Amino acid sequence: MQRIGVFVCWCGSNIAGTVDVKQVAEMLKNEPGVVFSTDYQYMCSESGQNLIKDAIREHGLTGVVVCSCSPRMHENTFRKAAASVGLNPYMVEIANIREQCSWIHKDMGVGTAKAVILGRAAVAKVHLNAPLTAGESPVTKRALVIGGGIAGIQTALDIAEAGFPVDIVEKSPTIGGKMAQLDKTFPTLDCAACILTPKMVEAAQQENINIYAYSEVDEVKGFVGNFSVKIRRKARFIKEDLCTGCGLCTEKCPMKKVPNEFNLGMDNRSAVYIPFAQAVPKVATIDANYCIKKKTGKCGLCSTVCGVGAIDYDQKDEILEEKYGAIVVATGFNPISVEKFDEFAYAQSPDVVTSLEYERLMNAAGPTNGTLLRPSDRQHPHTIVFVQCVGSRCDAKNEKGKQYCSKVCCMYTAKHAMLTREKYPDTDVYVFYIDVRTPGKNFDEFYRRAVEDYGVHYIKGMVGKVVPENGKLKVQASDLLANEQLHIDADMVVLAAAVEPDKSARPLATMLTASMDTNDFFTEAHPKLRPVESPTAGVFLSGMCQGPKDIPDTVSQASACAAKVIGLLAKDKLTGNPCVAHSNELLCNGCSSCEKVCPYGAITYSDKEFRMPDRTTAVRRVAEVNPAVCQGCGACTVACPSGAMDLYGFSNQQIMAEVDAICK
Amino acid sequence: MQDRMIARAKELLADGTVNRVMGWQKGEFTYDITPAVFHTAEELDRDFVCNDFAAANVSKYLVKESRKEGRILAFLKPCDSYSFAQLMKEHRVLRENVYIIGIPSWGKTDFEKIKARGLSGIKNIKDNGADYFVETVYGDEVTVPKYEVMLDRCKDCKSKKIVVYDELLEEPNGDVIENHRFDEVARLEAMTPDERFAFWRNELSRCIRCNACRNVCPACTCEKCVFDNRDSGVENKAAADSFEENMFHIIRAFHVAGRCTDCGECSRVCPQHIPLHLLNRKFIKDMNELYGDYQAGADPDTRPPMTDFRFDDCEPSVVYERGGAK
Repeated sequence: MQRIGVFVCWCGSNIAGTVDVKQVAEMLKNEPGVVFSTDYQYMCSESGQNLIKDAIREHGLTGVVVCSCSPRMHENTFRKAAASVGLNPYMVEIANIREQCSWIHKDMGVGTAKAVILGRAAVAKVHLNAPLTAGESPVTKRALVIGGGIAGIQTALDIAEAGFPVDIVEKSPTIGGKMAQLDKTFPTLDCAACILTPKMVEAAQQENINIYAYSEVDEVKGFVGNFSVKIRRKARFIKEDLCTGCGLCTEKCPMKKVPNEFNLGMDNRSAVYIPFAQAVPKVATIDANYCIKKKTGKCGLCSTVCGVGAIDYDQKDEILEEKYGAIVVATGFNPISVEKFDEFAYAQSPDVVTSLEYERLMNAAGPTNGTLLRPSDRQHPHTIVFVQCVGSRCDAKNEKGKQYCSKVCCMYTAKHAMLTREKYPDTDVYVFYIDVRTPGKNFDEFYRRAVEDYGVHYIKGMVGKVVPENGKLKVQASDLLANEQLHIDADMVVLAAAVEPDKSARPLATMLTASMDTNDFFTEAHPKLRPVESPTAGVFLSGMCQGPKDIPDTVSQASACAAKVIGLLAKDKLTGNPCVAHSNELLCNGCSSCEKVCPYGAITYSDKEFRMPDRTTAVRRVAEVNPAVCQGCGACTVACPSGAMDLYGFSNQQIMAEVDAICK
Repeated sequence: MQDRMIARAKELLADGTVNRVMGWQKGEFTYDITPAVFHTAEELDRDFVCNDFAAANVSKYLVKESRKEGRILAFLKPCDSYSFAQLMKEHRVLRENVYIIGIPSWGKTDFEKIKARGLSGIKNIKDNGADYFVETVYGDEVTVPKYEVMLDRCKDCKSKKIVVYDELLEEPNGDVIENHRFDEVARLEAMTPDERFAFWRNELSRCIRCNACRNVCPACTCEKCVFDNRDSGVENKAAADSFEENMFHIIRAFHVAGRCTDCGECSRVCPQHIPLHLLNRKFIKDMNELYGDYQAGADPDTRPPMTDFRFDDCEPSVVYERGGAK
């Protein structure tokens, strides 16, 4: 029989406000095996922990139940406290009476009753707990960064500087990401390329960094410290090691009518292309969807002109398998598609553009070589209307948009407005906004300059309708402060489209078993205290994939993320989790159900000889779990039809005991 | 057909391809036929039978038989072959130790249905093609149309195709066929939860926990069944209360979910006539609707939806949304 101590935490008023903690402690005293029960204001505090330690010593406790917050918060705290006085840390159970009880109940009676039930279940479980010892696993001292935008580059550079090898996997032909497409950057207005491209070059030259551009992650196996990742190097049809990036093939390529994604389709590129002059790696890529040779078998011009014989039309995708200790997700963002917002006539007029398209129209390397011309007739626009919050801050019922604030639009719109006025003072610039949000160093000053020094018309209100008519865009809008309807004949309308996580993020999250929120942003391990780690150990978050961010925020987070990765890779061994699966060979059918559902590849099969009940010998196929690889997720235990597979610390019996205690 | 089966079995015994034969054995009457293993030509001539009452699915026997010395010949009906393929997938049978001859099946007969016509003391049933000529010890002589007394599972036959075999007794192989096997499930789904609960409580209340359904089920081949395992916490021979008898069947349905080939043996052998196959069919129907059509045992390679995870799997909330009648 266990000697169990119950410790009920008030969590200040967090628990005690809705749960009668004294009564919970009193009620649980009557449970079988409970020899000590008490309550305390802050059980996680030094004195709270001492209370537990003293009780373990005085009452010779063999099991501890702490009724407190989620085990994710303080299970480790209490386990350590127990271990410090010689009790096996896995004899400690947490009953979560905060998140699962006090925070969701308003009524004291209901909250208290449920807290007692949860405590009872934990006591029932402790009765079946057994001491467990954690094993150790080695750490592969290599990091993988998925995404080669500014976030991924910065994280990779910082990790590499600390002396650890890093691989960057980037799905497009070059690293650089969205920042490479930007013109100037707020609030200092230095040119994006001028500050980004040196970093891209640095990444390429840093000997600890290995860039896999035009590659994707196909499969992730393993766990923190020991990930095994399959990387698909997509066929460029160009031998990367031979190509010098001279660009002769791109000039000679007869297929020149391919929409140029780098300029968001506002001009064309050739079928063999280098996305932009400063691309890293500077290697051409053949777009098989447009290449005449790939489609018809005739042409081959690029191969003729290439001086180094780098063209290889028969190149195949190549799969690399690499081992990593840590994985950084830096998959970034995209502007949402604005076509569904019919009121802004984006699909009807080429002069309605998104902010990112406007960025390219302003850029010296853009489709207009930096001269602001409207796309329809290549004339200089004289009246430009900027619309903020297109798809951001939408009502929950609005299915077209997002509920969140995209954070960057206020600032870049101020930048666009300011730069437009500076270069073309004859232009009238209107900005329609719900609120102007400019927290950040030198941000509000920047916005005020746009209004005060550059004479941008900031109007509080939304644009209701844009109608293309006789070469103009008729803009109907409301000015909420003046309480009047406005009709503006604009030459261009620029939509500040909301940002959303890149579409590749969701399948990646599934591969990584990393969680996401409803908007497909990766969730952090703790929103305040662990903002760059994902709840999945060994997976870290960098940049927009975690939430909307501007460049300064992204770079800070990228470096913070690198610090966490370096902290992990600096360790030689990680203490494992003893709560792993194990198979009872006598019950195992060898059916492979567990092997199929195991996300970590921890289960293998072998034929073994057994003495059967009738004194014969039989060879049976049975499962074996590799405890170093098993993460204790428990998928196998529920897939196993005979109940041969069980989990230490969460055995089927323990769970049934909890259910029985709850349903009593 | 029976003669051809015996002849071919003798050939395979004689040339050493197999050392025994899995089939069906004659009983005292036409209708009490049991699965059996035959070792010699003489045994085959004397006892081997394959008629409309040879309904038993013999695949499950091959779990043990395929692990014995030498190769065994097995005659598999289409539905038996599905069970066998599923067992192959689960590594429960050793394919190389079984020589399979696929035999066609035009539907087996439910002896209970003949009895249900008020006939008792049946001493002989003659096969007249489309009808049976039934004679009783009381001198009754009745003609019964075959289709009317066919097993329900055969009326709803899902496939005449033999999915795994070494040779076919008759070419060509049959096809998967259109069927209405989910109609009854749909009827239950349309009930209110209370009506449905009442339906099942009523059906399951007749259960005597004889374990026939489990023992005959070709998906239930565990080395040790959870219901026989003291450590499982659900071990019991007889239901201690009326809820437990419900639990037995529901747990069993969960255990065979994604693995049940819908062979219908559970309902066929139930002495209390509980329509147990409906529980399994509900799972199959749900899985088809949630994860796309899947037939357990249709081929040895595909992964059952319950042990497969895909990016496009439906979210758990969908299950709540679709629910049943509210």
